[in-house]
Amino acid sequence: MYDSGKIISGLFIFVGIVTLPFWYNAGKAFVKPDPSLDTPVIRQMKEKHCIESKQYMIDKHMQLLNDWRNEVVRENRTIYVNSSGQYFTMSLEDTCFHCHSNEKQFCNQCHSYVNIEPYCWECHVKPKEEIANGQR
Amino acid sequence: MDNDKRRFLRLMGISTGLLAGSSLFGGMSSILKLGTKFNGDALASQGMEYGKFASDPKALKANRWAIAIDLRKFKTHDDYKRCIDACDNIHNIPVIPNNQEIKWIWEENYENAFPEQQNKYLEEELKDKPVLLLCNQCEYPPCVRVCPTGATFKRPDGIVMMDYHRCIGCRYCMAGCPYGSRSFNFQDPRPFIKHIDPEYPTRTKGVVEKCDFCIERLDKGLPPACVEASKGSIIFGDLSDTNSDIRKVLSNNFTVRRKPELGTQPNVFYII
Amino acid sequence: MIEKVFYGSKKYWAWVIFLIVLLGTCFHFYLMQFNEGLKITGLSRNVSWGLYIAQFTYLVGVAASAVMLVIPYYLHHYKAFSKMIILGEFMAIAAVTMCMLFIFVDLGQPTRVLNVLLYPQPHSIMFWDMTVLAGYLGLNLIIGWTTLEAERKNATPPSWVRPLIYLSVAWAISIHTVTAFLYAGLPGRPFWMSAIMAARFLASAFCAGPAILLLLVFLIQKVSKYAVGEEAVNALAKIITYAMSANVFFMLLEVFTAFYSHIPDEMNSFKYLYYGIDGQHALVPFMWTSAGLGLLSLALLIPPSLRNNKKLLPFALAALVMSTWIDKGLGLIVAGFIPNPFDKITEYLPTFPEIMIAVGVYTIGVFILTILWKVAISVKEKSTT
Repeated sequence: MYDSGKIISGLFIFVGIVTLPFWYNAGKAFVKPDPSLDTPVIRQMKEKHCIESKQYMIDKHMQLLNDWRNEVVRENRTIYVNSSGQYFTMSLEDTCFHCHSNEKQFCNQCHSYVNIEPYCWECHVKPKEEIANGQR
Repeated sequence: MDNDKRRFLRLMGISTGLLAGSSLFGGMSSILKLGTKFNGDALASQGMEYGKFASDPKALKANRWAIAIDLRKFKTHDDYKRCIDACDNIHNIPVIPNNQEIKWIWEENYENAFPEQQNKYLEEELKDKPVLLLCNQCEYPPCVRVCPTGATFKRPDGIVMMDYHRCIGCRYCMAGCPYGSRSFNFQDPRPFIKHIDPEYPTRTKGVVEKCDFCIERLDKGLPPACVEASKGSIIFGDLSDTNSDIRKVLSNNFTVRRKPELGTQPNVFYII
Repeated sequence: MIEKVFYGSKKYWAWVIFLIVLLGTCFHFYLMQFNEGLKITGLSRNVSWGLYIAQFTYLVGVAASAVMLVIPYYLHHYKAFSKMIILGEFMAIAAVTMCMLFIFVDLGQPTRVLNVLLYPQPHSIMFWDMTVLAGYLGLNLIIGWTTLEAERKNATPPSWVRPLIYLSVAWAISIHTVTAFLYAGLPGRPFWMSAIMAARFLASAFCAGPAILLLLVFLIQKVSKYAVGEEAVNALAKIITYAMSANVFFMLLEVFTAFYSHIPDEMNSFKYLYYGIDGQHALVPFMWTSAGLGLLSLALLIPPSLRNNKKLLPFALAALVMSTWIDKGLGLIVAGFIPNPFDKITEYLPTFPEIMIAVGVYTIGVFILTILWKVAISVKEKSTT
């Protein structure tokens, strides 16, 4: 092989950089995300249920919010009828945050874990609990 | 280079290209599905649990919303300020002190509001009279025509709507608007908002915004904020409804609109 | 063929490294804009398009100007252009890339730029502008690379290149027509609302683009052993002269319509540019400089004895480029917004960060040009065709 010294050392450096995430984080503890449903409104609910079932919301809340956004902004339909026939107003601030007013302990638990920063907050105003705590 | 090596590299290149291309195509088409008009049946057939969507029964409905501003009833500075403040407060409009300001409804002199009516011998009363300017919610809006993403679009009820999620901030709509009704967020507006109303979102830097006839209030069965604050000086209604207040006002008074010769058919009428 | 980029003189590498360092500096300013928003520019609610879009407009013209070489060479078999045609095509690639980058840096939400493709709006001219620019970039890349590769192998280019070349002629005209349509169809901007916008754009493109090309060719002829031949230079100078004459003529046509009709909307933007309104005259010195330089360039180009004087020609071309750049790259866009739709005047001058970001985009263009021309010249110096 020509230039074998350069090639082999280059290969080492390349493999080192590509596997960086693995050996850099080796040995660190991983905390499983634990979203908290402990908010004043949820505590007072007799039957605790969300828009759809828990598993559906975990799997598809992104698509649901996307669809809600299109329906409200572009199609001018503001009422959502869920699979059990209940009516909800499609609004992040008025509906979702009415119950889930603890963004840090709920939304951020999973989002931080997978390193996602939804940019909703650039426009939408965070729940009142957050504002009361001085967060913006 | 050796012919075999060349053939091998070409094969690798083509297969990588095909793989990348097909995954890109697959990704794009699934995004495209989300981007097109919402199709509930398609979702159901994919096994997604789906709920139905409906419009609020108490929302105000129309075919062609319009307003008539009776300038004869605007007498004091406070009359104008009430309307402007009503809008600014409930919509989290920032107060930016330089020429990168944001305004949805504002005052201009008569000669600025109607520059095609230049008149050295203008009626004394009108010389210093402010006129309220806002988005004219045109029937044939140039801003909608030029928007490359459809972020601004015309609703069936006549309102020219903004979709802040889709806007890429190219500002072509601002160049296209013949009335100067649109404002751009040159920076994050939040530090400039006096008091953030948590029931309405703010906008973010990089998007264009304008008056939308308070669709959030129309959805609740209320008229726009400026109409309510004007205490009857601004009449709001559906032009397609022959019995509406606005039709009566228009048939009994002489009204003008801004730059009618451009063919935009604005829906904001002025009674001078 | 791309490997030719890595073999060059010390001067060549010094130039490349200088470009990369300059790019890094300018990128810092773009990051500033990305984080803080367009507030760091001189733009305002009234003048919402400025330096970036003006550069885009000017560079679309430069990109389209490759057609001034393609038509004689491919359609009329004018062999004298054989050493210059690839340089023109590659310059078009660099110019189109800069155009798209200028649009990108002008966006308020650049991360959403793909929305134009995800939600296409055929009624929007800007959508079509994106489409034709991307198509033109693709066309020039394929045509340029294929013909150069063929020359390198001492073969004739494959036959499928020919229909692409014919397409590129029509396409080049279309990119600048579509760009003119961006402006010429807006009912609220009387300064731009003129049918002659597309013709003006094409005329100024067909003089400015080849002029820039010739100046760059003179530079290349100084720093390398490459020469395009005197006949090619003389022919292109003739084309430039005709195009500039048409450009100035069209401009004067606009002035006539505006001032003979005496309609305020028509006159106001001209008044602002060349005289000032209500004491606001920031652009007046620039515009008169542009007019002076434009007439000077014509005076140096029209008489054949002056045009063929190789010592004088670079100055004539430089004057022409500066004149057209000020007119299209500064005056045209800004004056469309002054006075604004309700007759107010807000002046515009670019800020330092804004200028640096523009310089950054130009640096990328020059970098692409350097690389592509290095390949082209390396290939052509060795080729025997």
